[in-house]
Amino acid sequence: MGQSKLDLLQGTLDVMVLQTLEVLGPLHGYGIARRIEQVSGDHVLLNQGTIYASLVRLQQRGWIAAKWGTSENNRKAKFYSITKLGQKQLVKDTAHWQRLVGVMGRVLAMHGEGGER
Amino acid sequence: MSYSLREAVNRVLSFFRSEQLDREVNEEMASHLEMAVEENLRRGLSAEEARRQALVRFGGVQQALEQHRESRTLPWVDVLRQDLRFGLRMLRRDLEFTVVAVLILAIGIGANIAVFSVVNTILLRPLPFRDAQQLVRIVEKDAQGGESGKTYTADATQDFQQQNRSFQSVSGYFAFTGPNNFKLSGNGQPTPATGMLVAQGFFETLAVEPALGRMFRPGEFVHHAQPAALLSYPYWKRQFSGDRSIIGRTVDLSDKVDLNNGSVTVVGVLPETFDFGAVFSLGAKVDLFVPYIMDDFREDGNDLALVARLKPGVSMGQAQSETDLLFPQFYAVHKHPEYGRPYTGQLTGLKEYVSGKLRRSLIVLWCAVGLILLIVCVNLSNLLLARASARGKEFAMRRALGAGRSRLVRQLLTESLVLATVGAVLGLGLAYVLLSYLAHQGSISLPLLAMVRVDGMVLEWTLLIAIGAAVLFGLAPGLRMSTGNLQEVLKDGGPGLSDSREHDRMRSTLVITEMAVACVLLVGAGLLLRSFLRVLDIDLGFEPSHAAAISVDYDDGGNAAKRAAIWQEVTSRSLMIPGVESAGISDNLPMSRNRSWGIAAKGEQKGDALNNLPVFVYIVSPGYLKAMGMRLIEGRDVSWDDISNNRAVVVINQTVARKVWPGQNPIGRTVVAGGADAEVIGVIADVRETGAEDNPGAQMYLPATKQFGPEGSYLVVRSKLPPATLAMSVMRTLRDINPGQSMTEFQPVQTLVDHATSPRRFFVLLVGTFACLGLLLAALGIYGVISYSVTRQTQEIGIRMALGATPWWVQFDVIWKTLQLALIGIAVGIIASLGLARLIASLLFQTAPSDPLTFAGMMALLGMVALLAGYVPARKASKIDPMIALRTN
Repeated sequence: MGQSKLDLLQGTLDVMVLQTLEVLGPLHGYGIARRIEQVSGDHVLLNQGTIYASLVRLQQRGWIAAKWGTSENNRKAKFYSITKLGQKQLVKDTAHWQRLVGVMGRVLAMHGEGGER
Repeated sequence: MSYSLREAVNRVLSFFRSEQLDREVNEEMASHLEMAVEENLRRGLSAEEARRQALVRFGGVQQALEQHRESRTLPWVDVLRQDLRFGLRMLRRDLEFTVVAVLILAIGIGANIAVFSVVNTILLRPLPFRDAQQLVRIVEKDAQGGESGKTYTADATQDFQQQNRSFQSVSGYFAFTGPNNFKLSGNGQPTPATGMLVAQGFFETLAVEPALGRMFRPGEFVHHAQPAALLSYPYWKRQFSGDRSIIGRTVDLSDKVDLNNGSVTVVGVLPETFDFGAVFSLGAKVDLFVPYIMDDFREDGNDLALVARLKPGVSMGQAQSETDLLFPQFYAVHKHPEYGRPYTGQLTGLKEYVSGKLRRSLIVLWCAVGLILLIVCVNLSNLLLARASARGKEFAMRRALGAGRSRLVRQLLTESLVLATVGAVLGLGLAYVLLSYLAHQGSISLPLLAMVRVDGMVLEWTLLIAIGAAVLFGLAPGLRMSTGNLQEVLKDGGPGLSDSREHDRMRSTLVITEMAVACVLLVGAGLLLRSFLRVLDIDLGFEPSHAAAISVDYDDGGNAAKRAAIWQEVTSRSLMIPGVESAGISDNLPMSRNRSWGIAAKGEQKGDALNNLPVFVYIVSPGYLKAMGMRLIEGRDVSWDDISNNRAVVVINQTVARKVWPGQNPIGRTVVAGGADAEVIGVIADVRETGAEDNPGAQMYLPATKQFGPEGSYLVVRSKLPPATLAMSVMRTLRDINPGQSMTEFQPVQTLVDHATSPRRFFVLLVGTFACLGLLLAALGIYGVISYSVTRQTQEIGIRMALGATPWWVQFDVIWKTLQLALIGIAVGIIASLGLARLIASLLFQTAPSDPLTFAGMMALLGMVALLAGYVPARKASKIDPMIALRTN
């Protein structure tokens, strides 16, 4: 039970990271985490640390690449950027999520009617 | 789905650079936190609050790191790490069990590694030469007469070299080299050295390259060539302290037999890996090599041991047919066609020739250690099973909490693997020590033994048996423990009734197996031991105890009369040394190098086989027979008179007398011995010539006259005094007569016999050790089982005693249970032994494979040990206080 919940979360985070990199270009871990928090309007309260597990996983799958560099205020940081493979994957994932959201929306709407009856 | 493959590869890779990845992600996270702190500061928070909030938002550095690790590496690695950590904790907690288990395993695995190394070196590994499978040894078919029947003349060798089409090269070495046949003079006292004469192309045939300098040149194999020598690596290190500038220098080296005094040029040093003695001449330590110059040996009879290298693509069969065709055409000596064409040639692969005879012994040894390992595993299974009962609750609890069965078995296997690994490492150390000891045992005449070492193959073997052992002894308890009724185990209070029957049966089966295997080992060892005692008991025909020999140097300038005078002086002055009972000289000693000539009755037709009987020859002085403790049956010994008057006389042994003149008196008859006429003056009892176990062949003893020149000379002294005490005075006497006498060892004749029996002693010792080990382990096993069952039945015994059972009765009960197990084990073992003993029949000497005494003895021994193993827990049982037993659970 706990396992599958974590899987879903992981998967979600992976897509968020890919999308962020696709839109904003190369970013370091902190930047990605902050950006996701901002975009989600603090609806998603993620432990920033979990982003690193996601990053290494994406890297091992060849969807993102990493390079050491310096941040805007001269701090050494690892910069991640999306790869060709990652872009392809993002297209697939986006389609998947949109379908899932659509289906979930309809299912939950039905549930709502059922509950009123 | 190609990303999953890439991910898998990356995961495996990251396992190997775990440290670097950890460092990187730590750095990343640190910089992450600092950026967060900076941003918070900009938002106007206090330094402390900024840091706190950054950490809160990050959510635990350690967890993030764990997650990072988890997603980048292999999942099972983590499980393995968990199992290992847990296993180690369990093993540490039960330290007593762990130590016992590891020690038993170390002994079992160590013995296996050691024996495997020996087997690997002698049987499995190719000889240390390039393309060693092409090398063959050529000897006479159905060789008789010791070394002389395995060698060829210079002429026959040359004919074969020129006419064969099957071999790249044919060469050989002089087979009659005695130890310390050279004398190195120069700085200080002259020292003895063993030099081997090798024919042209010998090293080229073996494909041995010099470590320093060069090999012999063809020009060095001709008459009157500038003498040259190659040094063996150890001799170069020892005698010349590894001095590289020795190459090209001359040294003062003289040959004791031919006494070619002179300066010899050192042309090269052989590689460290080349050990002539280990391959060709057991136990011989060869210091240097000199050319065998064919022209010097043309008329000396058979003396070259042939080694040849097949051409690539030529099969052994093809080469054999050519050999069969060629050898019968060769004359022994071209100049003397009347000596005949006596040759045949049998090809044997060099490897097979060197170690073929040992194959069976080694396989037996290998099986014996295999059985030891089996006992070790069974014993450990038993120990683990006992622990399993104790840990039953722990495992039931873990299963109740959701651990899968495979997970539990894996946990147990991991523990076994940890035990086996530690055991294997210790065992490897043990084997290493044992092997270094064995490799330096010059007294054990096994081929290649000096080359035994721990190598890659041995390490692989270690790994294999360690894993095998772990699986074997870990699996049974693992499977047993992970099944069974959960509730019952959890419900039950004490080390209870739940595991009783089935566990008991399993443990009993294991113990019976152990006893049976130990029984097989003991019977095997017993049979070999009995054979060995029989060998020691053999009538050798001489008395090795109280006799010692030393090689004597002298310079007679090739004059027989002068030599006779020197020999007489040496013996008579030796006799004057206090404590010396008799003394005499011979050019050969029994059970060392040997040579044979032909003997025939003069003027009598005896049939083909007896026209020229191969006979071992000894050129002796008067008194030698007595000094060796040989027994004169008829007639007399040779005398100084015979020598000074050049009288052609001969003492023969009983075998010659029986074969040539069956039922008649040989004294006074004339024989043709080594091409000259001689009168038979005495008959002595047969002497075991080549080894204690070989039947004595024909022998004759000739006085050192003009016709019969000796090859070297050994003074044999018989005395009740220990040789060490005599050595000084003997050496002083010899130095007195000849100041050039080299410092050679005064060697007890017993060492010759010991050397000849050493392979058998070696095997008996090892198999015996293994059998004792097996017995000990089996005893431990039976003790463990009985003792455990007594502990478990404390309550029951208490009740019985409360109801009136006497301590004696309780004791008897426990012992009876022990005996039952032991007897079943022994019965199974005896039946198995009866079958298996037949397989080692060829290794036995004058002992039947079903020798009743051995079988009865071993049965009694096993029974006694089992009784003893049962007695200790039985006593404990009888001491149980019913009140205490009933009160405690």
